[in-house]
Amino acid sequence: MSKVYIALQDNEESHYIVEAIEEDNADVTVIYQPAMIRIECEGHMVIKRETVEEKMGRDWEIPALHVNLITLGGNVDEDDDQLSLTWNN
Amino acid sequence: MAVAAITENYVGERLDRVENFHGNQVLYIGWDHHLMFCAPVAFAVPPETPFSKVLDELIPGAFSLHPEFGEIDWDQVEWHLNAESFTPDANVTLAEQGIDHKSILRFATPGLNGIKGSGS
Amino acid sequence: MSNKKLNLKDKYRLLTRDLEWEFSYRDRKEIFPQEDFEGIKITDWSKWEDPFRLTMDSYWKYQAEKEKKLYAIFDAFSQNNGQQNVTDARYVNAIKLFLTGVSPLEYQAYSGFAHVGRQFGGAGARVACQMQSLDELRHVQTQIHAMSHYNKHFDGFQDFAHMHDRVWYLSVPKSFFDDARSAGPFEFMVAIGFSFEYVLTNLLFVPFMSGAAYNGDMATVTFGFSAQSDEARHMTLGLEVIKFLLEQHEDNVPIVQRWINKWLWRGYRVLTLVAMMMDYMLPNKVMSWQESFEVYFEEAASSLFKDLARYGIEMPPYAADAIAEKEHLSHQAWSIFYNYGHAAAFHTWMPTEQEMDWLSEKYPNSFDQYYRPRFEKWREMEEAGERYYNPTLPMLCQTCQIPMGFTDMENPTMTSYRQSVYDGERYNFCSNGCKDIFDYEPEKYVQAWMPVHQIFQGNCGGPEMEDVLGDYYKINLGVDNLDFKGSPDEARWNAWHNLIPAEDKLKKAS
Repeated sequence: MSKVYIALQDNEESHYIVEAIEEDNADVTVIYQPAMIRIECEGHMVIKRETVEEKMGRDWEIPALHVNLITLGGNVDEDDDQLSLTWNN
Repeated sequence: MAVAAITENYVGERLDRVENFHGNQVLYIGWDHHLMFCAPVAFAVPPETPFSKVLDELIPGAFSLHPEFGEIDWDQVEWHLNAESFTPDANVTLAEQGIDHKSILRFATPGLNGIKGSGS
Repeated sequence: MSNKKLNLKDKYRLLTRDLEWEFSYRDRKEIFPQEDFEGIKITDWSKWEDPFRLTMDSYWKYQAEKEKKLYAIFDAFSQNNGQQNVTDARYVNAIKLFLTGVSPLEYQAYSGFAHVGRQFGGAGARVACQMQSLDELRHVQTQIHAMSHYNKHFDGFQDFAHMHDRVWYLSVPKSFFDDARSAGPFEFMVAIGFSFEYVLTNLLFVPFMSGAAYNGDMATVTFGFSAQSDEARHMTLGLEVIKFLLEQHEDNVPIVQRWINKWLWRGYRVLTLVAMMMDYMLPNKVMSWQESFEVYFEEAASSLFKDLARYGIEMPPYAADAIAEKEHLSHQAWSIFYNYGHAAAFHTWMPTEQEMDWLSEKYPNSFDQYYRPRFEKWREMEEAGERYYNPTLPMLCQTCQIPMGFTDMENPTMTSYRQSVYDGERYNFCSNGCKDIFDYEPEKYVQAWMPVHQIFQGNCGGPEMEDVLGDYYKINLGVDNLDFKGSPDEARWNAWHNLIPAEDKLKKAS
């Protein structure tokens, strides 16, 4: 299976998003690169709004991801509560 | 189709047709395995140019900076014109011996393989 | 009565798709006249899926937030003389190349997406393209802002738009985008939305932005990360376009395959400039071009094409050629610019001994054998006071317009020559990819504005090369061009850092 990935700017806000991803997805790899955090896993990854809000301690919506997002790989599905990345092979 | 176009039978303007070069044609010359010159060079020269001018002026002007240039034995040089083996006649013009517009002339100097044999 | 908040999907639908209407008094083909001529068949636009359901209010909100953060950093950079904190003034030449070569492409992208954002029959596609068009305009603006600060302290930034339209090496990226924009809307999307913005984007952006991060260029890093979040949307658009076209009709598959083959090759050739930048222009290296290519192309593309295989799409044949070249590309490119450093609006130089050792280590199969000998020779010539510059104009490839500096990978010291005869005239190419692109649509590429031929035709001023470079190209001779050593950039850098060049130290001592 191919890896889906997301890369975020390395800042305070992103750290909470990373924590949320780690909680909601088994077997993610988190790689810290200069100014950037890259998170990958096999086949499927989901970012859940509720989990991020819990970590951040404030309201957050999925489109706010764009402010910290660098790049991603995988087929995207987005709604009010989650954003997921999937490869079908 | 010669291009996907919204106009039928689209014909594009040929920007580099020989008439645009004011009596000159374009000639490219490359010295095989001497990539200190990163690419073959380009000249705009009249078709009536005798090949001797290529040998005496154009080639030295372009390539004499190479440390091996002075060692070339011109009797041993192998020529290609547009990928075919070629024997130039120094006394005849470019046009008369089939060196036409945008032709590629390559010469190879067997035994001389560039700086420290690296092809440079 | 309670006001229920609309969920994301409904809000998006109401504000985009549902604003469309049935055309009752004009023919659909009049309204969307460019949809058919490429042979693409769309049976049902409603099948278009919008991966990011961004409405204009969200767009403005989050883009504004990004802009505020970005411009605050530009201010801080400028207020703190950030330009003095880059590793070395040689680094700045990489961003001169960026501003003259890449930023104008953002402007072309803005224009191209605005155009196709009107031409597609589906509202979802139009909305996504219009937003991308705004993003691209944002990118060109923010890049110009980022680099405007460097323009105050370094040479070669000052006429980037003028140079993009005229200077020989800039016709490479320019012709790439001209080709895309003069194609039909579907080819444009496959060329730019998919091949460039999805498959190849990481090979352009990550090297420049990481290069900036490793070399103390806070302005460019910040611009880069700020733009990348827009790029994520672009990537999903590109992927959606491909899937949509392939799912709409089986007749689209061979057309799309041909476009993918062509545009991956054209895009790869443009990335020659990035290869050279990574390996030669960064005092602190990020990774080699070869390493970058392996991660961002070989691995990433293989995942992607596995995913696309179910549609009948295959890895382009020229991918193998690109992979074969990975140990040579950057060295050949730097050789081209070193040869023609007198004609470039940025400086070039020979790598230091330490840098050559890095290159030997990263390229164990090619550097010492094919390239170190010539670089050592050039260094010798420079030390003798005769820095090498090529005295004659180069031959260019008709399609990619790069000087013919590429070699046959079966025989790496042999120039790769390819030729076609079309309608009684010869055309020359650097590779099978470039030749095949020409052969398929010759009426397009016979129109190429090739810098060397244009100079010969007298269309670039003259009669001397100084006139072409100085007047037509607007290169400030003796300032923007030539070797880094001895340049005004170097002198200013040394002055800021109280660095005295070796010869002056000797003079003072004696």
